[in-house]
Amino acid sequence: MIRVKDNGALLFYIAKKDQEDEIASVEKDTETEWGGEVELTDGSKYYIDPISPPPTFPTTLRFKRAE
Amino acid sequence: MSVMTREETEALIQEVLEVYPEGAKKDRAKHLTVNDHEVEQSKKCITSNRKSLPGVMTIRGCAYAGSKGVVWGPIKDMIHISHGPVGCGQYSRAGRRNYYVGTTGVNTFGTMNFTSDFQEKDIVFGGDKKLAKIMTEIEQLFPLNKGITVQSECPIGLIGDDIEAVSKKTAKEIEKPVVPVRCEGFRGVSQSLGHHIANDAVRDWVLHNRDNDSSFESTDYDVTIIGDYNIGGDAWSSRTLLEEMGLRVIAQWSGDGTLAEMENTPKAKLNLLHCYRSMNYISRHMEEKYGIPWMEYNFFGPTKIEESLRKIAAFFDETIQANAEKVIEKYKAEYDAVIAKYRPRLEGKKVMLYVGGLRPRHIIGAYEDLGMEVVGTGYEFAHNDDYDRTIKDMGNATLIYDDVTGYEFEEFVKKIKPDLIGSGIKEKYIFQKMGIPFRQMHSWDYSGPYHGYDGFAIFARDMDMTLNNPCWSKIQAPWLKGEEEPEAAAAGA
Repeated sequence: MIRVKDNGALLFYIAKKDQEDEIASVEKDTETEWGGEVELTDGSKYYIDPISPPPTFPTTLRFKRAE
Repeated sequence: MSVMTREETEALIQEVLEVYPEGAKKDRAKHLTVNDHEVEQSKKCITSNRKSLPGVMTIRGCAYAGSKGVVWGPIKDMIHISHGPVGCGQYSRAGRRNYYVGTTGVNTFGTMNFTSDFQEKDIVFGGDKKLAKIMTEIEQLFPLNKGITVQSECPIGLIGDDIEAVSKKTAKEIEKPVVPVRCEGFRGVSQSLGHHIANDAVRDWVLHNRDNDSSFESTDYDVTIIGDYNIGGDAWSSRTLLEEMGLRVIAQWSGDGTLAEMENTPKAKLNLLHCYRSMNYISRHMEEKYGIPWMEYNFFGPTKIEESLRKIAAFFDETIQANAEKVIEKYKAEYDAVIAKYRPRLEGKKVMLYVGGLRPRHIIGAYEDLGMEVVGTGYEFAHNDDYDRTIKDMGNATLIYDDVTGYEFEEFVKKIKPDLIGSGIKEKYIFQKMGIPFRQMHSWDYSGPYHGYDGFAIFARDMDMTLNNPCWSKIQAPWLKGEEEPEAAAAGA
């Protein structure tokens, strides 16, 4: 699940791992689409096909582990 | 002994780790660290939420403890069956002192123990029939119950009983919610997963029950208290403050809570979360599904209460914000008097904490209000994000330990020589025998409440009562006193 933190950053929560981390970078973050490879502050990367139009947060999305 | 420097603390960790075999040493080293304010992310210095090492003494609980003991247990008008052998329920019965209003055995069931008391034949032939029979019996004996939960103990998962099917069938028969909870003790590394499972059960079986029911009239000032288990009356002393601000508390999760309150929670305007670790899952779900914002607050000690009240008020209009200031102003004389009375008696004393999932960082503020210093802290079952927040609250170069082992905790205490330790019941008597004042910070040592301004006065009194108790100077036998004068003086304080 992804939600907006108090400081404006996106918080990435993985229910399966009970892990909470901020998103450090998103490959595609424009007005028309959001997604691609997402990197967390702990260095792990996840992938999602770009979503268009961009989703409104909070929301739950299905990501794949990216290598 | 004065406050330790970074090097000294690091040396202490190394010294304590020395006795372990190579593998264990490597593993335990990751869980112990010296606090550094420059570190932004705790995962760079501490590992948490990992399996405890076999062979060391851990103080953690199990998933069943997290679900039955913490999240579900305090819901007073439901009956929680400890499904499995009798021990798990019996030995944890009423131990957490979640206070509630009601007539036990008639319309509330908080301190009672319901169990299916598994025997060998139930393990061999399965316990589903027994469970169904128990639930029918409960319905006959306690007709005022509002619902039943089935809290699984280890054997249920091992023999593969289908408690979901039984629950669904019985729910139809008795026309009340029956919630199966798959919180078998072996799941996860600590009680933390039990909280998660319990939250998921609330999400799947309870929360949406009144989605199409508009009979509950909500106002713009509806809030809920989430993650306050009313230990010694904590939720009540928090609730009064919120109500004085002009907010309406429509649900308490789960101390002194009811099933109806839980079902009505989606109608709130703001969820106030006290114990982040045990209830963030459901708050997260409600944010996504119902768009209810949530925030973590801290009602330990006047400084933090003030901060929290302002932060809560910021979610509402100016009337509430003005009211928040009024509340702070109203209690100022009261808590100033408490500080004036106890601070001189407690000033400069050192405290070490080791509690569950929120208090190791939340009560730091309360101790600091009394002029005391927290020199070491640690969690039984926190995750990385909890440590992220702890780093900011703790002093620089203080000791942080995750899932500390019995041996490590003892050694740390011997070296750091704190004036007071705040931890759980399992640690209490060891440290008292060592001659160190101890407060049980899980259930407030049969005292409380500690939340809110009213609670702070009790907190300060309790700390003083423990620390300045004359018994500590009597720990050493009189004929040994002359030989080791300095140490006796240190222990006596």
